[in-house]
Amino acid sequence: MTRIDRVSALEQVASERILILDGAMGTQIQDLKLDEAGYRGERFVDWGVSIKGNNDILNLSAPDAVRAIHHAYFEAGADIVETNTFSATAIAQADYEMQALAPEIAREGARLAREAADCFAGDTGRVCGVAGAIGPTNKTLSISPDVNDPGHRDVDFETVRATYFEQVEAMAPHVDFFLIETVFDTLNAKAAIKALLDLRASSGEHVPIMISGTITDRSGRTLSGQTAEAFWYSVRHARPWAVGLNCALGADEMRPYISEISRVADTLILAYPNAGLPNDMGEYDETPDQTAAHLGEWANSGLVNILGGCCGTTPDHIRAIAAAAKSADPRRPARRKRATRLSGLEPFELAS
Amino acid sequence: MSKSVPSFVNIGERTNITGSARFRKLITEGDYAEAVSVARQQVENGAQIIDVNMDEGLLDSVEAMTRFMRLIAGEPDVARVPVMVDSSKWEVIEAGLQNTQGKAIVNSISLKEGEAQFREHAGKCLAYGAAVVVMAFDETGQADTAARKYEICERAYKILVDEIGFPPEDIIFDPNIFAVATGIEEHNNYAVDFIEATRRIRDNLPGCHVSGGLSNISFSFRGNETVRRAMHSVFLYHAIKAGMDMGIVNAGQLDIYDDIEPELRELVEDVILNRRADGTDRLLEAAERYRGQGAGPAKVRDLKWRDAPVGDRIRHALVHGINEFIVDDTEEARTSFDRPLHVIEGPLMDGMNVVGDLFGDGKMFLPQVVKSARVMKQAVAHLIPFMEEEKALTGDQGKSNGKIVMATVKGDVHDIGKNIVGVVLQCNGYDVIDLGVMVPCEKILETARKEGADIIGLSGLITPSLDEMVFVASEMERQKVDIPLLIGGATTSPAHTAVKIDPSIHVAPVVHVHDASRAVGVVSKLLSDQRDAYAGEVKAELAKIRERRLAARSAKARLPIARARENAWDCDWSTYEPPVPNRPGVTTLQPDLASLVDYIDWTPFFFTWELKGSYPAIFEDPKRGEAAKSLFADAQVMLDRIVKEQLLQPRAVVGFWPANRDGDDAVLFTDDTRETELVRFYGLRQQAAKDNDRPHLSQYDFLAPAGHADWIGGFAVTAGDNAELLARFEADKDDYNSILFKALSDRLAEAAAEWLHERVRREHWGYAPDEEFSNRDLISEAYDGIRPAPGYPSQPDHSEKRTLFGLLDAQEKAGIGLTNSFAMMPASSVSGIYLSHPDSHYFAVGRILRDQVEDYARRKGWTLEEAERCLAPILDYVPGAVDAA
Repeated sequence: MTRIDRVSALEQVASERILILDGAMGTQIQDLKLDEAGYRGERFVDWGVSIKGNNDILNLSAPDAVRAIHHAYFEAGADIVETNTFSATAIAQADYEMQALAPEIAREGARLAREAADCFAGDTGRVCGVAGAIGPTNKTLSISPDVNDPGHRDVDFETVRATYFEQVEAMAPHVDFFLIETVFDTLNAKAAIKALLDLRASSGEHVPIMISGTITDRSGRTLSGQTAEAFWYSVRHARPWAVGLNCALGADEMRPYISEISRVADTLILAYPNAGLPNDMGEYDETPDQTAAHLGEWANSGLVNILGGCCGTTPDHIRAIAAAAKSADPRRPARRKRATRLSGLEPFELAS
Repeated sequence: MSKSVPSFVNIGERTNITGSARFRKLITEGDYAEAVSVARQQVENGAQIIDVNMDEGLLDSVEAMTRFMRLIAGEPDVARVPVMVDSSKWEVIEAGLQNTQGKAIVNSISLKEGEAQFREHAGKCLAYGAAVVVMAFDETGQADTAARKYEICERAYKILVDEIGFPPEDIIFDPNIFAVATGIEEHNNYAVDFIEATRRIRDNLPGCHVSGGLSNISFSFRGNETVRRAMHSVFLYHAIKAGMDMGIVNAGQLDIYDDIEPELRELVEDVILNRRADGTDRLLEAAERYRGQGAGPAKVRDLKWRDAPVGDRIRHALVHGINEFIVDDTEEARTSFDRPLHVIEGPLMDGMNVVGDLFGDGKMFLPQVVKSARVMKQAVAHLIPFMEEEKALTGDQGKSNGKIVMATVKGDVHDIGKNIVGVVLQCNGYDVIDLGVMVPCEKILETARKEGADIIGLSGLITPSLDEMVFVASEMERQKVDIPLLIGGATTSPAHTAVKIDPSIHVAPVVHVHDASRAVGVVSKLLSDQRDAYAGEVKAELAKIRERRLAARSAKARLPIARARENAWDCDWSTYEPPVPNRPGVTTLQPDLASLVDYIDWTPFFFTWELKGSYPAIFEDPKRGEAAKSLFADAQVMLDRIVKEQLLQPRAVVGFWPANRDGDDAVLFTDDTRETELVRFYGLRQQAAKDNDRPHLSQYDFLAPAGHADWIGGFAVTAGDNAELLARFEADKDDYNSILFKALSDRLAEAAAEWLHERVRREHWGYAPDEEFSNRDLISEAYDGIRPAPGYPSQPDHSEKRTLFGLLDAQEKAGIGLTNSFAMMPASSVSGIYLSHPDSHYFAVGRILRDQVEDYARRKGWTLEEAERCLAPILDYVPGAVDAA
């Protein structure tokens, strides 16, 4: 199957039922309890700084472990898995002095997910998709890191766009979708969108885009201050295959904002909340049944098209979510009157 | 939720370096902090989009654009609106786009440098996600005639939409506004050209918008504000009609078209519309007479109070309701006090005490108090983060006078009165937890328990809410919620409280609060050590009312329903020919906001604000006159905004059906053969004994009996609502504008009902085609026919709305729904029955006996209990009691 076949097969599935995305990568890796040596593998034995916690480097130092996690999610019922490339950008890898390795990490991450997908598809005959995960980086374009200088920025748009371009170009041969996720600063997401549209223009390849924002708390805003609806208007020019929310909140807290986007977006809706809010120890302890009860209700209420899990979710969560959403009819994209829709932190509408 | 869809979008231009000398000075001198506050003021003053332009020869414009955009990104009060990135240089535009997370507008791109560059820039706008302004400019220059303007826009549209897939709704054409009356004859038609081009663009290029920079038009009259303002207003009036829906306009410098001095307007209109060859000369000649005349409402303000110490300034701001400086003053006070709480307990409470005293003495009125409260809330909002910080350090909670949980009960959506009470209580240092409207009993009680509330306040406007209040009281009794219960709202009364609510609850006192001005007195007594004594007094007073009711009831004789029916109203139907509607069946309409304004009855508006007196005489009232005038002025500004920006979308549905009287009821038929019954409206008949020979009325007595081809009408209208705007007021702690907006929405709904009734009489039913009444005549109901509303005195059963709404399909056709208690949603809605008989008139059914209730229940297919529940307010007996009447 080619990418085009897979995407159109998954589109067909999406018109019949809720598509299932995978769960957390980070928490699964934590469960491996790797030490510094575990992260280094053979290749980085002599690396000058500590790299423990650099999950994306495992694409190079422990590829079998990564592949096994993807496999476990497919087995649990995921239709699409995300590549282990959340931080595979030169900006994010700078923490480990691994900027130069970023494209390789991205490419290998995409390849591992593709191998896992093709292998599982070969065994079962199911359609298995791969979404190239694009994280927010650890720099913000809209927020000053220096409280005394609100106009200061550590990076500019062009730098972020260029680093994203490097990442997505490396992943492109292996992925079926790109997924710009955990968007806490919409301007970073816009730089990623620009990179993807630039790549599309230079390669001629049309890889569908998914975008997932992050509402950081019950104020209903992203970290950079936008409401969910304003966020949608800011990214809508990417004409995404799906848009939605992930991370920061558990399902219970996320529902009003998913519902807000669901009402206004004329595309598929995806949602993958955390397994509740972290407890005092920073652990997520919502059980698979609890998470699935919430998400099953969303599916049955016609709010969503694609469901999965973020921090703290496991293959068991995904299995429970898939079961809970199994018989739900997928949401129909919102159809709205033509209007000019702009945004600041808040949405703006002028009827045509 | 429906959102505001303004018909004209105002773009703020004060952050445009080429248009504002002040902004240019700030930027060239590097005072970016002040430059940001220019942007903030602009948004606060209502700009829906801000134009940012840094085109200045001596400046690194890319750097200036970048820096300014980054700074405003950190200012939520500015960044909430979209930005129009304005430059003649593409690299400056790109810098703007690279520094805004929102979806912006690019101003502008054009075919000036040819198609290739146009496509490139448009493609980049797509990739950055921006709408575009396209200038009517091509390789040969800027278009001046209507034909050239349209031709260029059409060419641009085709390239954008058909070739590169630009969304048409993201295209805004600017067909160039040029100065008229320059003395050069070729310029005389420039305004007409713009207007004509606008019309063609909007008619032929679907989805797009038209914008322009207004100030150019009056360039030849620089220095003569009066003439410029008139030119702007007249030009916009015509351009908006042609389809211009966006503009760079200084909203503070516009006059209302109808308010322009007629002679000047005529002269200006001659110039704008190029109606006569000597138009320019005539306007120039007249202009001298207008020069230097008062520049409209921009009076010089006395700012001497700004020189006083900060505490005095805060007091002044609170007493006068001025919120312009309050955040800065509060900040100044905060830095000079040890703790932020001391600012509240000190100058802010001092100021509010003055307000409270003035209000108590009748020297200030509710609208002014609500404005003061807005200032207070904004000051407190500024302090809260500091107090939170302090609380985190010390664990100190601060103190409040008490906590009150308030709600409009389940099934009811009316909240203006409740909001006013909430504001007044907050002003007096109480914590108010307002649960909003349609609040179920359990949520009220749960919140009260969880928050440790000291008092519960219930509000409602429609009669079924009375029952819900009784239920809440009985639940408080059952669950032992022993905190005082306050009852308020238009439909509540001391009598109902005494007879129905008070007996349901013994664990806590119940107090009926007549209006907002009494609320503080009641609450402070209930929370003081005199509570028990006061509660005892109230209880005794309620008991007295109960006794009086019982006595009064037995004193007034009532007739059995059969005898009342024998004395029904009647006339000689054989000589009466009922009018046949011109438009039978159901029709939907969308009343135009502007045309409703003349139908507003202002007297109830002042009542809402507890300014009692009739309009316009109230302006002459020695005590309330000033407050009424000021409130009225604010109302006019808001009303103007509502109309200009189309902040509400009124809708109406009306229908007529063949109908006849049957006893107390009306039978409606599917068609004029009158063979098949469609539905019935049920009526209630007066039963009070009369010492004259007047009839005992049911409202359907005014309908002809079988054998005559009479008709009945029904209608529902709504002013609509605007949740987004109200949310914004709430976020801004602006109760004043929120209440003002809702009160005006109510007035517009009533105005729509008046407007519709007139159209019904003149056209739809058409029995008074030549009727000409003034607003005053309409208010005094000088016309023929009535429009009684279900739930009101001549048919007090709200459930009849269900039948009416079913017939009209009001939800689908006009977006008006009913709650379980038959309150209409949106809240600003009116519905009713139309009766056309010239002798029909309004009346009150009054109290009725069990025999009629039993018969009514039978006709409606209800149990007696259901009927008693629905008619509770008018029962002349105690349900369940053996010998009632």
